[in-house]
Amino acid sequence: MRYLADVAALTRKDLRVELRAQDTLPAMLLFVLSMLVVFHFALPEGTGEDAAYGLLWVAIVFTALLGLARAWIPEQEHGVFDALVLAPCDRSAIWVGKTVATLAFLVAAQAVALPAFVLFFAPLDGVALAGVLLADVGICAVGSLMAAMAAAGRARELLLPLLLLPLSMPLIVGGVGSAVSTEPERYLLLLALYDGIFAVLSWASFEYVVTES
Amino acid sequence: MSSPFSRIRGLPSLAAFAAGLMGLALLLSFFIAPEDGDQGISQRIFYIHVPIALTAYFCFGLGAWKALLLLWRGGERYDLESYVAIHQGTIFGSLTLITGAIWAKASWGVWWTWDSNQLVLFLTLFLFYCAYFMLRFSLPEGPRRARSSAVYALFGVALIPVSFLAIRLAEDFIHPTTFTRDGPQMTGTMFTAFCVSWAAVTLLAYVLYRVELVGKRLHIDLRELREALE
Amino acid sequence: MIRASGLEKRYGARRVLVGVDLELPRDGFLLVTGPNGSGKTTLLRVIAGLVAPTRGRVEVDVHRGRLGFVAHEPLVYRELTALENLDLFGRLYRVPERRERIGMLLERFGLWEARSERVESYSRGMSQRLALCRAFLHDPDLLVLDEPYSSLDAESAALLDRELAELAGTRALVVSTHDPARVEPLATQRLVLT
Repeated sequence: MRYLADVAALTRKDLRVELRAQDTLPAMLLFVLSMLVVFHFALPEGTGEDAAYGLLWVAIVFTALLGLARAWIPEQEHGVFDALVLAPCDRSAIWVGKTVATLAFLVAAQAVALPAFVLFFAPLDGVALAGVLLADVGICAVGSLMAAMAAAGRARELLLPLLLLPLSMPLIVGGVGSAVSTEPERYLLLLALYDGIFAVLSWASFEYVVTES
Repeated sequence: MSSPFSRIRGLPSLAAFAAGLMGLALLLSFFIAPEDGDQGISQRIFYIHVPIALTAYFCFGLGAWKALLLLWRGGERYDLESYVAIHQGTIFGSLTLITGAIWAKASWGVWWTWDSNQLVLFLTLFLFYCAYFMLRFSLPEGPRRARSSAVYALFGVALIPVSFLAIRLAEDFIHPTTFTRDGPQMTGTMFTAFCVSWAAVTLLAYVLYRVELVGKRLHIDLRELREALE
Repeated sequence: MIRASGLEKRYGARRVLVGVDLELPRDGFLLVTGPNGSGKTTLLRVIAGLVAPTRGRVEVDVHRGRLGFVAHEPLVYRELTALENLDLFGRLYRVPERRERIGMLLERFGLWEARSERVESYSRGMSQRLALCRAFLHDPDLLVLDEPYSSLDAESAALLDRELAELAGTRALVVSTHDPARVEPLATQRLVLT
């Protein structure tokens, strides 16, 4: 299918650009590890594991924000965004490519951070990891769209967290719940519902955000 | 471009009616409805607080509807209408949080509590729509701003049920549940007072929405005239 | 192919385009001139479909897959090589015999030797030539070129002269330039913006 071919070409492009530029992924990695160190000092003696999970989710969200803030920068240099919008492919394919690539970077950073977390703070079972993955999808999906919105204006680094943090509230509830609760399935369902609704919404509305006519 | 006079037609009488209805609502709420056994006089804030909260939701919903029309049919007017509706929503939203805090202080002795799901939900939504204005201020005027704002407004409405579910999962027992599954836990007079209040606040919001729209459209007309003269 | 009437574009309080009318047939060559800030770039972006006019109507009878656009910026990825850039756009534009066409264009614009170097190492002239490759890649029916001669040295400019001479009459062209004398003989229409 043409659409999938376009998405594949665009995703490949995004991965390749990041592999060459090598600024986003190392930054995300360093950031999340630094946050874990900060947590060690931020959590007073005797706080339970639950607090650690909460902080983990804060770290995940802010690391994702870091990655998303830089997501559209390759397109903004040399005005390439215009070239992509003018191409005959479906504009939503641009969103899919960007979301998949950002998701890949976030998961890559977590592949290092989560073992570190387990080592120094608290265990994570399969359900908790599933929660992390589902939340990753949600935040990248919505984040790619919001980042594209913010990219057109001033103060885009300030704007993206403001736009994204309220939207990420259900994801944090779902994520922490899947790690902490005695009935984690309900939280996984919440995350899946969020992903379903917001991924479809983001996919459908990307075209409107990047075009004028 | 519609004439300013056609836009105002009927508005002053509607405003007068809204003011009258509001007066009636206040009268019913603070003087005529019976006092609640458990909470006493502070309970009367409920007649104002809940309608204001519902109206805020209503305004956000109106804003999202206009946003959908913008994306679906195009047309500059929908952008302005969506913006004004959300603006009213945030105003009533701030009033919700303030009256809620007054009620909480009077009833439970605290200005805020994190244990209340509905408060947290509302706060999240409120912050979401405050960010709407940040988005608008950072984008230059034009179709991009209109479309991005519209998409964002729609996301807000989608956020409501999902957030509600999220917060439900984290159980809540403290926010007084006046409407349970069996229907409102209120007597006949209380219910009447509540309904009148709800109608009054909703009408007030609608009148304010229309007034703000008139003002903004006038501003735009003036600007265009000024440019045409240059 | 292009019909525009009463075009106006306003950014807030600033009016960039006022009352522009134009009509361009399928094989026309429109030359757009005017001082800086007269709205040439805006007009070309409206024609390309990137910008919606505040007032007026514009009809461009060409699908965006058959449109080639050159802007002030090269519109290519810095981190990718010329080959990778053209390959990406070749796929998106569904260019038949992609590899051959890319090779042919790179050679014609003198970029063949530099084809596997990243664009960030290119000079401005080279980037501009790559931008032209990208615009011509899919053999478009409408070419919208915004100051295509900028950053080009004498040899490359002569090359572009030859390309445009070949293209004129076979498809629609809209070219804005600061140096109208170069393109004048090819143009069938001229629009001066103030």
